Amino acid sequence: MSNRIVNILVPVISVILGLLVGAIVMLVSGYNPIEGYAALWNGIFGDIYSIGETIRQITPYILAGLAVAFAFRSGLFNIGVEGQLIVGWFAAAYVGIAFELPKMIHLPLAILAAAAAGALWGFIPGLLKAKFKVHEVIVTIMMNYIALHTSNALVRAVSDGDANTGSIHQTASLSSRFLENMTDFSRLHFGILIALAMVLLMWLILEKTTLGFELKAVGLNQHASEYAGMNVNKNIILAMVISGVFAGLAGAMEALGTFGFVSVKGGFTGIGFDGIAVALLGASTPLGVIFGATLFGSLKYGATNMPNAADIPEEIVSIIIAIIIFFVASGYVIRLFVERLGKKKEAK
Amino acid sequence: MTKRKFGLALSMVLAAGTILGACGAAEEETPEGTTGDTTGGETEESKFSVAMVTDIGGVDDKSFNQSAWEGIEKFGEDNGLEKGDGGYDYLQSKSDADYNTNLNKLVRRDFDLVFGIGFLMEDAVNTIASQQTDAQLAIIDAVVDQPNVASVLFKEQEGSYLAGVAAALMTKSKKIGFVGGMEIPVIERFEAGFLAGVAAVDPSIVVDVQYTGAFDKAELGKTTANRMYSSGVDIIFHAAGGTGNGVFSEAKELKTKDPDAYVWVIGVDSDQYEEGKVGDTNITLTSMLKRVDIAVQNLSNLAMEGNFPGGETTVYGLVEEGVGLADSRGAIPEDVLAQIDEYAKKIVDGEVVVPETVE
Repeated sequence: MSNRIVNILVPVISVILGLLVGAIVMLVSGYNPIEGYAALWNGIFGDIYSIGETIRQITPYILAGLAVAFAFRSGLFNIGVEGQLIVGWFAAAYVGIAFELPKMIHLPLAILAAAAAGALWGFIPGLLKAKFKVHEVIVTIMMNYIALHTSNALVRAVSDGDANTGSIHQTASLSSRFLENMTDFSRLHFGILIALAMVLLMWLILEKTTLGFELKAVGLNQHASEYAGMNVNKNIILAMVISGVFAGLAGAMEALGTFGFVSVKGGFTGIGFDGIAVALLGASTPLGVIFGATLFGSLKYGATNMPNAADIPEEIVSIIIAIIIFFVASGYVIRLFVERLGKKKEAK
Repeated sequence: MTKRKFGLALSMVLAAGTILGACGAAEEETPEGTTGDTTGGETEESKFSVAMVTDIGGVDDKSFNQSAWEGIEKFGEDNGLEKGDGGYDYLQSKSDADYNTNLNKLVRRDFDLVFGIGFLMEDAVNTIASQQTDAQLAIIDAVVDQPNVASVLFKEQEGSYLAGVAAALMTKSKKIGFVGGMEIPVIERFEAGFLAGVAAVDPSIVVDVQYTGAFDKAELGKTTANRMYSSGVDIIFHAAGGTGNGVFSEAKELKTKDPDAYVWVIGVDSDQYEEGKVGDTNITLTSMLKRVDIAVQNLSNLAMEGNFPGGETTVYGLVEEGVGLADSRGAIPEDVLAQIDEYAKKIVDGEVVVPETVE
C-alpha cells in the first residue's frame, strides 16, 4: 500500500471508528445514534447561524493550538496557555473599556495589549527555565492559577466590586454587523482573520527565519545547538514569549470578539487545555493546528446541539466527543494496523 | 448522448416544477385553514410553549435551576404540554460562552417564552433580545431593559433574614457560618439579610462568611464546611447552588461519625430536606425558599394569556410569598418557630426593612 493512501486512510478510519464506538455508547444508553449524529451534523453545518458560531468557536482554538505547538517545537511544554489566555482576555477588555480612541488605533492597541500580557505570562516561566532550570510545566501550571485569580481581582477592582466590567467600546470590538447579519446574528467576528494570519506568521517564523531554525534546533537537541554556538537560554525565553503572544491573542478573541467584556470566572475556560490536544492532533505544525482546531471547535460547538435536537443528556455527549477525539489522536495505532494489513497482502 | 442528457434534464426540471408547485399550494392552504376556523382544529399549534436555559449549575443542581425547571414542568403539566418542541424544554449551559447560543437555539425552535435563569445570563439575554425582537424573553435575578424582556427579582434578603433569625435562635456555640457562591449582587443580598437576621437576635454571635467563587464546585463547599465545623461553627447557611451540596455532604459525614453531633445546614432556593437525610435523622434545619418555580409559572401564565409584562420588573418578597422558610419538619421547636413568625410579621408590616448590601 502506498504511503499516500495510508496517510489519507488513517484519519478517515479513526474518525469512523470513533463514530462507531460513540454510536454503541448511545445505543447502550438507550438513545438513537442516527438522530444523535444528525443533531451533531446540524449543530455544525445545519444553518448559516451554526456555521458562524462554529467558526467563532474554532478561532480561539487555533490560537491556543498555535501557542502550544510553537513551544512544543522548541522543546517546551507550555501548559500555561490557559493562564496566558486569561491575562490576554483581561488586558484586551481593559484597554477596550478604559480608553476612547478612533478604531484605527483602539482595536490594534487592545490586541497588542493582549499579546503583551500573554507574552509577559510566558516570559516568566521562560526566564525561570533558562536561568534556574525550573521546569516550565510546573511554573506554567501554577501561573494559570495566578492568572485566574489575579484577573478576577482586577475585574472587581476595575468595576467597583461588580462581577462584570461591562461592554468594551465599539471602537475596540472585533465583531461586525456585516458578519452578524450574514450569519443570522451569530457571534462570528473578524478574529478568524487574525487567527489565520498568525498561522501564516508561525509558519514564516519556523520555516523562513534564522530564529525559527534555531528554535527548532533547540527543540531537537539543546546540547547540539549549544555546541553549534546558539544561545539556548535566549531561545527558550523567546519561544515562551512568542507562545504567550499567541495565547494572549486567543484571549483577545474572547474579549473583543465573542464576549465584548470580561467577567469574574468561577474556573478555567478550558480553551488553553484543549489547545494542547489541538496542537498534538495537528502534529505541532501550523497547518495541522488549523485542522486540529477545526475538528475540536466543530465537535465542541456541534455537540451542544445534541441535547437540543436529539434529547441526549450532556454527559453522554461529553463521552461521545471524547471517544471521537481519542480515536483521532490514536491514529498511530491504526496506522500500524493498516501498514501490517498491507504487508500481509503483499506477502501473499 | 446529448439528446438523452437533455431529456433527463428536462424531466428533472418538470419533476422539480411539480414538487415545488405542490409546496406552493400547501403553503397557500395552511393560512386559509387557520384563518377559516380559529377555534376548531389546529389545537396543537395554538398551545403556548415555554423553555429555559440553565446557568452552569445545571438543571439538577438541587437548588436554583432545578426550582425553575420544576416551575416549567408544573406549567407544562397544568396545560397538557409535552417535553420537546412546541411544549416545554430546557438547555443546559456548560460555560458562559453557551448562554448566547442556547438562548438563540430555543428562540429559533419557536418557543413562545424563553427564560434565562440567573444573574450570569444578563448580557446574553440583553443581546438576544435586541437581535430577536419578536421573541419573548424573561430573566431571573437581573434586570434587562428591553421591551421584550420581563425581569424577575427576589428579595432574598428578607428570606435570608428569617434564616439568620432561625440560626441565631438555634445555635449553641454562638458561631454560625455562611457559604456563598460567587460574590455577585444576588448572593450579597443573601449575605446581608442573613447577617442582619443574626444580629437582630444576638449581635454577639460570630458569623464566618466565606465565598467559594463558584456555583458548581461541591468539593470546595465540602472543604469550606469542614473548616467551619472544626472551628466550632454549628449551623451553616449556604447560598452556593451546586457548591452547597458539598456543605451537605460534610455535615452528613460528621453526623454519621457521631450521631450526637450538633451540626445543621440551612438549605437554599428549594426545600433541601432530602439532601440532609442521614439514616433516620436529618441535618437540614430548614431551607430559605426562593420560589423561582412560582415566579416562572406566574410569568408563563401571564404570557399565555397575552399579558406578557415585557420591559417590566417583578419583585417577589416575603409579602408576595416569593421567599420564606421551608417546613423544618420538627428540627426547629414550636416556640422558636413562633418567634421567627414574629420577625416575619415585622417585615411584612414594613416595621423592619432588611438591608440589601452588607454594611
